Amino acid sequence: MAAFDLDFTLRQGEFTLTFNVNVEARALALFGPSGSGKTSALEAVAGLRTPHHGRIGVNGHVLFDSERHVNTPVRWRRIGYVPQDILLFPHLNVRENVTYGRRAGSRPHLGVLIELLELSTLMDRRVASLSGGERQRVAMARALYSGPDVLLLDEPLAAVDLPRRRRIVDALIGIRDELSVPLVYVTHLPEEALTVADWAVLIDNGRIGASGRPREVMPSD
Amino acid sequence: MSAEIREIAIFTTFAALGATALMLVPGVAVAWLLARRQFPGKSVVETIVYLPLVMPPVATGLLLLWLFSRRGPIGSLLARFGIDIVFTPAAVVMAMAVMGLPLLVRTARAGFEQVTRRYEQIAETLGAGPWRVFSTVTLPLAARNILAGAMLGFSRALGEFGATIVVAGSIPGRTRTLAVGIYSFTETGQDQQAAVLLVISISIAFVAVLGSNRLAREA
Repeated sequence: MAAFDLDFTLRQGEFTLTFNVNVEARALALFGPSGSGKTSALEAVAGLRTPHHGRIGVNGHVLFDSERHVNTPVRWRRIGYVPQDILLFPHLNVRENVTYGRRAGSRPHLGVLIELLELSTLMDRRVASLSGGERQRVAMARALYSGPDVLLLDEPLAAVDLPRRRRIVDALIGIRDELSVPLVYVTHLPEEALTVADWAVLIDNGRIGASGRPREVMPSD
Repeated sequence: MSAEIREIAIFTTFAALGATALMLVPGVAVAWLLARRQFPGKSVVETIVYLPLVMPPVATGLLLLWLFSRRGPIGSLLARFGIDIVFTPAAVVMAMAVMGLPLLVRTARAGFEQVTRRYEQIAETLGAGPWRVFSTVTLPLAARNILAGAMLGFSRALGEFGATIVVAGSIPGRTRTLAVGIYSFTETGQDQQAAVLLVISISIAFVAVLGSNRLAREA
């Protein structure tokens, strides 16, 4: 469970994202059409975009506060991030990718990650030879091995074939329940939000349309 | 092949290697700065670095001669420590490095620009500091371009003539390089010697440019 205190405004050219979520959750789904500002919200939490003003806090750690002039550098935020284009380091193999993060402090045991994300046969492979689902699992392991307080994922099922999506969903549930790492993930698939999240935020055109228990706020069709 | 020719070929190759080593660290640093950072006077730095590409090499040599002669601003400082650069093998290496640097910087800069910033951002989310991001992500991903640039710089250094003859002269057994040797032999009617040096020059440059192009294409 993580306490999210996310209250900020982000401007990118003509587009403005106004984000306001204050909730305790194990898995938070950001749901909405493309271009609605979901990815920008994730990147603001990770520190890759700087809000115009507002506050970003996770579990009482203030990562950004425009009034107090706090803007914690990305490397000290302890926020794992798996972008939609995954971005495994192409010059490193799977094992080198997974073990890249060397932050001090607690982190999941490598063996636990290999088992949970079914990586045992992949560890010595080159990343160019991996399928979409495999890349996704390796990127999750890489982010988790750095010992994050929260894991952010942008459309984790987007690059995965339909039959293999179940494995990724199971992995997300495993990360949430067995590793107890809270998740924030972006999705445009209602069923993905319903299966994993215990809180859903609907975003449309830079504004929060609804926020609540997934079954209460997700479109029913 | 006469001993003199062999000596010129070996000296030139080592001087060009020395020049490449000398330009590598500052060249890569400048290439990274130009590719990744905005700072006041950036266009001035860029212009100064690229200047030897378009200036007459003899003029660059003259500038180096003025800077490093015993009465010049740098030469007078070095003279206090008993270091004399002008008309020594060190002057050859320096002239080669100055002339090769722009080619290294241009190619390495293109390499850095091709590395998407997002790889670096992901490394930061994993806790990596600026030096670790540079040495484990940016540098390896730009490595082929840097190597291609170093080979181009090396090729340029091998063929350097104008700046070298002004700042280092053509002292047999001391500062005579392939290019300077070709000129000196031709001028004194030793056409056969000049022709041998020409073939050696072409062979080394051919291999270096071929390798550089191949690396840049694969990058």
